[in-house]
Amino acid sequence: MSLVSRHLEEAGVPTVVMGSARDIVEECGVSRFLYTDFPLGNPAGKPGDIEMQSAITGMALDLLERAWKPRTTVQTPFVWDPETNDYWREHFMKVDESNQDALAAAGEQRRIAQATVRSEGLGRG
Amino acid sequence: MAADRRTHRSHVSYIDKSRNYYGAQGYSQPYQWAYNQDAPFAPLQKPLNECRIGLVTTSFFERTVDKKTVAGAGSKEPYAALCDDALGGLYNKDLFWDKDNTHTEDLDTYLPINRLREFAAEGRIGSLAERFYGVPTDYSHRRTSRRDSPQILEFVQEDELDAVILVPL
Repeated sequence: MSLVSRHLEEAGVPTVVMGSARDIVEECGVSRFLYTDFPLGNPAGKPGDIEMQSAITGMALDLLERAWKPRTTVQTPFVWDPETNDYWREHFMKVDESNQDALAAAGEQRRIAQATVRSEGLGRG
Repeated sequence: MAADRRTHRSHVSYIDKSRNYYGAQGYSQPYQWAYNQDAPFAPLQKPLNECRIGLVTTSFFERTVDKKTVAGAGSKEPYAALCDDALGGLYNKDLFWDKDNTHTEDLDTYLPINRLREFAAEGRIGSLAERFYGVPTDYSHRRTSRRDSPQILEFVQEDELDAVILVPL
């Protein structure tokens, strides 16, 4: 998505990216980035919270209007849940002793399935 | 809120997480994320309240074709569709997001069509375009750069947009 943003900017179209994967967007480098520190899935605000959604979308509009240089990142002030913030951060795509064997087995199965698709000529999955 | 001290950054590095996760699955070659030293910048050409704004998502309409039986049906192409047709929600269960801690039942949490229409009604923006666009989260930078990005630009030009909001899930 950041690559699409860059392509539009190069063609003269102003853009703003709203997202929660800060490192991925910033490494790619975009003109304007509105960052919300939430679990991936709701970069435009919490489900059912219209007021927050309006505030976040409004900040994206502010960035369109007011940023004067590329790589402008603004972080919205919202917190997912002060009590469980460290939990979702650690839990997502977690790798530790408890799931290492299961992950290795899942990877092996996936490679077998992909090899089968390729050998049967079914194209990309 | 009380001041806090930490030995690590607080925000998640998805580049680090995914490298470790897929490494644990036995993928020895880590994904090569896009990196650029510079970034392009196009300034807004008119006041926001005169601008027609567009939206880009990584979500798609639910596909009814069985990708196991139809060759090529699993691949995604960039698309343009009416915002009205997205109001019932889009399909994104196949994408990389935190399904344990949240959900995407509320469209405006990942594609703020209703919120932007409210901003248009208030006069904060000129209008929201009638169409929005979808782009695959492609593994291949080459496909994103050579196929998807030019297609999205073509849609933007057809719809005469003044600015675009991109919302990756």
